[in-house]
Amino acid sequence: MSGYLGVIIYLGFIVAFAVVSLAVARLLRPHRPFAAKLETYECGARPIGEAWVQFPVGFYLVALVFIVFDALAVFLFPWVLALRGLGVWGVAAMLLFLSIIALGWLYAYRERILEWQ
Amino acid sequence: MLALVPLFPLLGFVINAALGRRLPKTVSGSVASAVMVASFVVSVMIVLELAAMPADQRAIEQTVYTWIASGDFVLDLTFRVDPLAAVMILVVTGIGALIHIYSTAYMHDESVGEYARYFSYLNLFAAFMLVLVLGANFLVLFVGWEGVGLCSYLLIGFWFRKRSAADAGKKAFVVNRIGDYAFILGMLFLFARFGTLDFRQLASTVAAMPPEEGVFGALSIASLLLFIGATGKSAQIPLYTWLPDAMEGPTPVSALIHAATMVTAGVYMIGRNAVLFSHAPETMMIVAVVGALTAVMAGTIGLVQNDIKRVLAYSTVSQLGLMFLAMGVGAFGAGIFHLYTHAFFKALLFLGSGAVIHALHGEQDIRQMGGLRRYLPITYWTFLIGSLAIAGVPFLSGFFSKDEILYETFHGGHTLLWLIAAVASLLTAVYMFRLVFLTFHGDGPHAVGVTSHDVGATSPRVGATPNDVGATSHGLGAAPHLHDAPPAMALVLIVLAVGSVLAGYVGIPHALGGHNALATWLAPSFVPVGGEIAGEAAAEETALELTLMGVSSLIALAGIALAAFVWLTRRALAAAIALRYPTLYRLLLNKYYVDEIYDAAVVRPIQALSQEGLWRGFDVKVVDGAVNGTGAIVDASATLLRRLQTGSVRAYAGSLFIGVVVILGYYLWR
Amino acid sequence: MFDSTFDAVVPLLCVILAALAAMGAEAFRARGERMPIGGLGIVGLAGAGVSSVLLWNRNAASFGVILADNFGLFVTLVLVVVGVLTIMFSSQVVRRDALPAGEYYALVLFAIAGMIMMATANDLLVIFLALEILSVAVYVLTGIRRDDQRATEAAFKYFLLGAFSSAFFLYGIAFTYGVAGSTRLDRVGAYLAAQSMSDSPLILMALALLLVGFAFKISAVPFHMWTPDAYEGAPAIVTGFMSTGVKAAAFAAFARVFLSAFEPFSADWAPIVWIIAALTMILGTVVGVAQSNLKRMLAYSSIAHGGYLLVGLVAANEVGKAAILFYLLAYAVTNLAAFGVIALLGSRDRGNDELRDYAGLWHTRPALAALMTVCLLSLGGLPPTVGFIGKWYIFSAAVSAGYYGLAIIGVLTSVVSVFFYLRVVVMMYMAEREVAAAMPPRVTGVSMAALAFAIFVIVYLGVMPTQVLDLASASIATIF
Repeated sequence: MSGYLGVIIYLGFIVAFAVVSLAVARLLRPHRPFAAKLETYECGARPIGEAWVQFPVGFYLVALVFIVFDALAVFLFPWVLALRGLGVWGVAAMLLFLSIIALGWLYAYRERILEWQ
Repeated sequence: MLALVPLFPLLGFVINAALGRRLPKTVSGSVASAVMVASFVVSVMIVLELAAMPADQRAIEQTVYTWIASGDFVLDLTFRVDPLAAVMILVVTGIGALIHIYSTAYMHDESVGEYARYFSYLNLFAAFMLVLVLGANFLVLFVGWEGVGLCSYLLIGFWFRKRSAADAGKKAFVVNRIGDYAFILGMLFLFARFGTLDFRQLASTVAAMPPEEGVFGALSIASLLLFIGATGKSAQIPLYTWLPDAMEGPTPVSALIHAATMVTAGVYMIGRNAVLFSHAPETMMIVAVVGALTAVMAGTIGLVQNDIKRVLAYSTVSQLGLMFLAMGVGAFGAGIFHLYTHAFFKALLFLGSGAVIHALHGEQDIRQMGGLRRYLPITYWTFLIGSLAIAGVPFLSGFFSKDEILYETFHGGHTLLWLIAAVASLLTAVYMFRLVFLTFHGDGPHAVGVTSHDVGATSPRVGATPNDVGATSHGLGAAPHLHDAPPAMALVLIVLAVGSVLAGYVGIPHALGGHNALATWLAPSFVPVGGEIAGEAAAEETALELTLMGVSSLIALAGIALAAFVWLTRRALAAAIALRYPTLYRLLLNKYYVDEIYDAAVVRPIQALSQEGLWRGFDVKVVDGAVNGTGAIVDASATLLRRLQTGSVRAYAGSLFIGVVVILGYYLWR
Repeated sequence: MFDSTFDAVVPLLCVILAALAAMGAEAFRARGERMPIGGLGIVGLAGAGVSSVLLWNRNAASFGVILADNFGLFVTLVLVVVGVLTIMFSSQVVRRDALPAGEYYALVLFAIAGMIMMATANDLLVIFLALEILSVAVYVLTGIRRDDQRATEAAFKYFLLGAFSSAFFLYGIAFTYGVAGSTRLDRVGAYLAAQSMSDSPLILMALALLLVGFAFKISAVPFHMWTPDAYEGAPAIVTGFMSTGVKAAAFAAFARVFLSAFEPFSADWAPIVWIIAALTMILGTVVGVAQSNLKRMLAYSSIAHGGYLLVGLVAANEVGKAAILFYLLAYAVTNLAAFGVIALLGSRDRGNDELRDYAGLWHTRPALAALMTVCLLSLGGLPPTVGFIGKWYIFSAAVSAGYYGLAIIGVLTSVVSVFFYLRVVVMMYMAEREVAAAMPPRVTGVSMAALAFAIFVIVYLGVMPTQVLDLASASIATIF
């Protein structure tokens, strides 16, 4: 189990960081609450009514496409860093990957997912 | 050659199932009958070939192909005919062919499609029955075993528009499944223990083991499981209740499947595994006792039933009980002998009752009949011969076979069982002749109507099948126009009547100067290959056998006389007795309330468990609670999601989580 | 062209290419234009089938994580059959229900790709990846009828619970990695074999969590709760696809992980799987008896069949080896054909899947009724169908391995289960059609050919099982 000692220490640091920073903030900050301040922060949208409301389904589609970009970026960064070592094979593999993703985008475009309805 | 025997009926099935609806009735009926006749001819040729061989080598095998071969387990699809199977294929194809011919006339009022459907089932049944009989190992036998079961349900429920028929089919199915369950376990057990399912190999292996005298070991368990399977198929205590209800099927079906062939499969299976069973004396004792008790119990119920076919059904159960008694006391030859003669006279009786029902346009209540001998002479005389045969009147077929069972039982030292069997044969004579006298003698049909002799008429549940109700109305009007069986039916009745008289002469006992040809013929089938065949009966026992024979003849005659006394001369007496002992009478009339007991003890709890417990409690509440709630709501998606979030998915996830916790808990705290 | 590194993934690539092509075809399709997308899928699957046959006995491995051993290839072939039959049945359903053809076939093909990957994966992480690929595709397929509330709800439930169970599975992989230092099955197996007998709680945690992940996918009790809902909500043909393909793939991976890597710990997992198998068989059967909706009945029945497969897994002895794969094939073909019939009898607005909808089917569609009868008899394990041979093998394996209890429960439940299968048969042959009921729709040639093929397999393997049994036992010998 000794191999996990570092993990436990790290875990301790994580907890300590949260506790300490919140505690310090509590001690130092002025305490003057008013209505707008107490509202839940929701990416700038005003939270009115219950949490269970219908979202336009378009949000989800955009989010899905975004995740594809996201995942692509995750792959592209290490690829770029290691490209010199990978050689032609690396380029070919990434091109294949990109073209598959591109097919997905193309499909999404043809299905008019990117147009806001 | 051997494979042709089941292939012919199968061909008939294929033709009638595929083309039947486009063929005229005469063609589909003829095709179905012709394939059976062809199969019979082939069977005869095979048996002749078999007879030409030396006695201890009589077996013809045909391996169609290797069915399953995996690792060291090899199982061939093999047909084997030995003396035992030879008797069976002759019975099945011979009686089967006759009943097919009879059916062409009996079912003539059905529509073309139904007619073809009927014959396709009947052919399919015959094919499976022949597979059952010819199979050289358990798995092939099981194919036939399940197949005949399937056809049996389909045929019981053939007139599905009658609710009682559909219910009867269901009941037969459920009860048989219980038997099959034990049967499969028995097979698995034998397979795991001996690594083979071939009857011959099994017999040789078992023969090398000592009999399990006084212990309940592997052989006893396996044979007991197999026997439970047999009680399902052959309608013995405790699984006999389906057979009387099975009479809802067309009458020829009752004759073929529920009297002559399929229900004897259990007896046959024990005979086939004679070596195994005789090495398990404990099981044998159970077989004998169950057989004897069934014989008496069914006989007493048969005394008071009023539906002509039900009387015959209980009679079948009773006779099967005698066969199992014979098997149980080790008299395998006697049991098979009775199976063989029984096939003739019971088929005859059922077909005769069919002719009566046919003439009376569906009437089955013997209280509504009477005096029919004037209108239906052929039916009457043939029915009478059948009744004499089953009652065990000397020198008819039933006499020889039943006597042999009684003799073997007594000779084996089972005096009490002998006594029970003797009572059962007395009962046989009484209820059969009650049936004869009430149906064919006395005043003209329906003149008596429902008179004195039935307390049961007041009891609501008794014998009130739906068709009884309407039948009374047209009965009287139809009486003058009664006509005897049409030619096809009459011919079959006469042939079977001749058979019922003569069939016993293949087994005339030594005591009467015969040499019991059938027993000698069958003997090699009950010992392992190369085993010693049982010797001839010693001479000194002749006196005993003759005495017992005299006793059983007297019993038969006494039974008939008793029936004649009560139902021919003093009908009021029967009613008086019934009134005198109402409890007993009602007990018998309601068949010892066994159906009700099963219903309360088994059926309802299971229904409650699956319907109320698991299904309603678990599924409807938890699962459908969410599903049904959503249907009515207009604002679908939002509400749907809300319900999903607050409702059942949590329960599902909870179940999943509990499962995880339980498994982890098991590992941590074991 | 390539070196042999890619050999093992060729079947997988065939299917993926077909799926991509299907998606591309949908993207470039003009509105209203009809394309033979289903045919495209069949070509891809045929490629997978042929390449699997060519790879037979070669034990090809790609990147160390995909292993085309005979076990994997056998399951791949089963999945190819499942895929081809599904597409053939679907051709009619897609047109009838106006489903988006491109998406539908692409999803089916992606799901099959995931399944093949799962069956041939030799690494826990790849198994997880495959599991997710097939799951996501199947979630969407479940809800492909977007206008149907039940379907949407079913898809959503399935998705949520699937995600939940995936988490357990992933957790199990993490523990395995923590203990063995690798997710490669061969390395995990080597590490575990070197361990002295258990009592390491981490190994048992890993074992339990992986078990839960697999049990969810093969809908074993008590992780089955999603099954009836999802199976009933999805279009019938998708249900058939899910209940056979997903189960086959998950079971293949299950067997591979537990019979190879975790084999040294079989004394620890066998009792748990014993109980799960028993519960699964009992619940599936007992609740199945009470159903009057055919789809729901078959949903419970397929739960019970999962239980029989688990019996084979517990009793993994000489006899049991062949039984597992053989039963998988038997069940897949039979169940898919049964759902195929249900799908073909439905109409756009009505599933026609209540028991009473089958009344008198023999009189209106004799061929369909006869074919359905064969399927049901096989599911019930009546001879001489493939279902009988499969069950016989499973149970005799259990008996010869000494698991009498399981065999007794198994035979009992299969005996009881015949009751509900036969009820449908009785309904088809021996009941009157309701006068008002509409005639069942016509069945196209392609669907009929698929049915005929399935029935042929059911009967052929019931009558001549030897070759495939040998093949099955030879295949599973490669993993343990």
